[in-house]
Amino acid sequence: MDNSELLKVKTKTSGQVVFVVAGLAISLLLLSQIGNQTEWSENARNIGGQPRLWPAIALVIMVFGFAAHYWLMRRRRPNALDWVEARRWVEPLEYLLWFLIYVAVVPRFGFMPMSILFACTLTYRLGYRSRAALGLAAAFGIATVVLFKGLLGVNIPGAQVYEYLPDSIRTFFLVYL
Amino acid sequence: MDLIFSALDVLARWDVMLALLVGAIGGVAIGAIPGVGPAVAIAILLPATFSMDPIVGLTLLLGIYGSSMYGGSIPAILINTPGTAVNALTTYDGFPMTLRGEGRRALSLAYSASFLGGIFSVVCLILLSPVLAKIAPMFGSREIFLAALLGLVLVVVAHKGQMAIAAALAGFGILIGTVGLEPAAYTRRFTFGQSWLAGGFDLIVVVLGLFALSQAFLLLTMDDEKIRLPRSRGSLFQGFRELAKHPRVAGIAASFGVVMGMIPGVGEFTAQFMSYTSARKLSKNPKAFGHGSSEGLIASETANNAVPAAAMIPLLALGIPGEALTAMMLSVFYVHNVVPGPGLFQNDMDFVVALYIALLVLNVIVVGFLLVSTGWLVHLTRIPNRFLGMCILLLSFVGVYSIRNSAMDCIIAAVFGLLGFVLKRLNMPIVPIILGMVLGGIMEVKLRASLARVKTPLDFIDRPIAFLLFCVILVIIGSTIWRLRREWRPIDRRSLQKKASNTFSKRISGRSHRHFESRKKQQRRRRFYDHVGS
Repeated sequence: MDNSELLKVKTKTSGQVVFVVAGLAISLLLLSQIGNQTEWSENARNIGGQPRLWPAIALVIMVFGFAAHYWLMRRRRPNALDWVEARRWVEPLEYLLWFLIYVAVVPRFGFMPMSILFACTLTYRLGYRSRAALGLAAAFGIATVVLFKGLLGVNIPGAQVYEYLPDSIRTFFLVYL
Repeated sequence: MDLIFSALDVLARWDVMLALLVGAIGGVAIGAIPGVGPAVAIAILLPATFSMDPIVGLTLLLGIYGSSMYGGSIPAILINTPGTAVNALTTYDGFPMTLRGEGRRALSLAYSASFLGGIFSVVCLILLSPVLAKIAPMFGSREIFLAALLGLVLVVVAHKGQMAIAAALAGFGILIGTVGLEPAAYTRRFTFGQSWLAGGFDLIVVVLGLFALSQAFLLLTMDDEKIRLPRSRGSLFQGFRELAKHPRVAGIAASFGVVMGMIPGVGEFTAQFMSYTSARKLSKNPKAFGHGSSEGLIASETANNAVPAAAMIPLLALGIPGEALTAMMLSVFYVHNVVPGPGLFQNDMDFVVALYIALLVLNVIVVGFLLVSTGWLVHLTRIPNRFLGMCILLLSFVGVYSIRNSAMDCIIAAVFGLLGFVLKRLNMPIVPIILGMVLGGIMEVKLRASLARVKTPLDFIDRPIAFLLFCVILVIIGSTIWRLRREWRPIDRRSLQKKASNTFSKRISGRSHRHFESRKKQQRRRRFYDHVGS
């Protein structure tokens, strides 16, 4: 085994044709829109100052790259295995939805309570239903909030519901939780 | 000497020391958990470092970057699963040693080799600083443009067997870097009339999506693995003694790490593969490689740990990131108005030397920590995949949302997360997208600035460094085309069934041919004997 053999990475065969064809189609579609979506400036001093130059270069590289990969592929027509793989690509949509719901609820109900709730419910959904697992998930949620918002002071705004809290604790909740 | 004292003055703060300690320990722990890796950790921590001093933020991120590979060797050696992607070669020789009951010896060798690689590269960096300080000001706009172009060419060429798709993804990176309001003529590019696209795609949002969220999705859709930690004997200190017996292997591997780290777009993979194969060629016992060879382990671990410090060279001297992690660090510099490049070496040399010293101290802290904590770090490998996925999903939210409290950023990150998930499943590279995005932006600005000063195209390369870089780019492209032509084989597009049927018919035809040939011979013989007989 020589260097070139060690350095070669093998792309997964199933699903490849679907991805490459989709990539090529999107690239061609975007390239066809370059006239509408970018401008050719008459005031530009040189070609380097043209707003259209770099999107054009990028799209030409994309079209050639995807086309060359497609041309070099051993199998160019999708078969059943390709579609099985393509179906697997939508599996994370459920977790993407979990993530977006979390994004939507944090500014309303608070970083700390929603992090604990998110960690525990997702852990339960994933099949870890023992008390230890749920406790660990809750501890992780608390630790994340304490570390990032409490200690590192990352920019996550206080929740809307914290406005209804008594004055004595409201500021603490808004700043740290 | 004054420079070192002023650098020590920059470092002698409790927050810098704390960042170094947290980065070192955190990096080791992150490296020891298969499925996390430094890219995910740095992507998540990036927004948190924006509120810190540049030296504190960078020390923390450098700590994670430099120490994660140490931690990554633990699962690579003990359970045959690399903790970080660059520890893949460590499994070749580390795990067979564990199977022989020499796990602690393998770990000790990995730690000592990593330490040597880390220290060697920092020493090289310090020794190279005066040279860099002299060369860096010679880089004007056109040289930086050509160096960025070289980085982009190298990142494509480095993906052997996937060059076309790496080029397409680098192009995609350049494209997403151009989306939004263009800074020179203030025109909109590919915004499709959407106001949320006018600001363009934030690098950190894209990085978090492609690295952190995609990894979370991958882990969440995986099955958990049952991990059995094998028993091992030996001392964690014996590797240091054993390393001294292989100075040539370690020296060559560290040199490969430094050289490959300095070249943008190449990185740890190439460094360790090169050093591993050269160590095998030089070894008296090459057959042991892949079966628990101590030389193989030293070669791979020394090389990959020599890369992080060396990768800082193009970043600090030219402002050009060589790979995804240094591209992320570049954004920390920009947030704090510290512009890496020739000016940094002229104006803030103490800052640069402080970073070098921090890297030096980091290696000492990490080895000390590993020697006392390997016993419990091993248990981090037992964290179930999907639970880890939940943790990364939660932390990714902190990373994305804390940038500008935008739900749209989270949606964009989620979409890039999905893209990263597909790329990871297909085993396609993600790094070209990030480097395309960063280097594309640099190239656009530098080309615009440099073309304003040239009259004819040849003026672009009339300075020695620009000419040299241009020649290097031509040589790399030319040699790649030549190599591809030489290795070209017509692509066999027949289906498996068709191939099998063709092979079968060939065999049959061969048989029938042989059958008829033998029959003909028999007949001829008979005729001959008949003739003789008559």
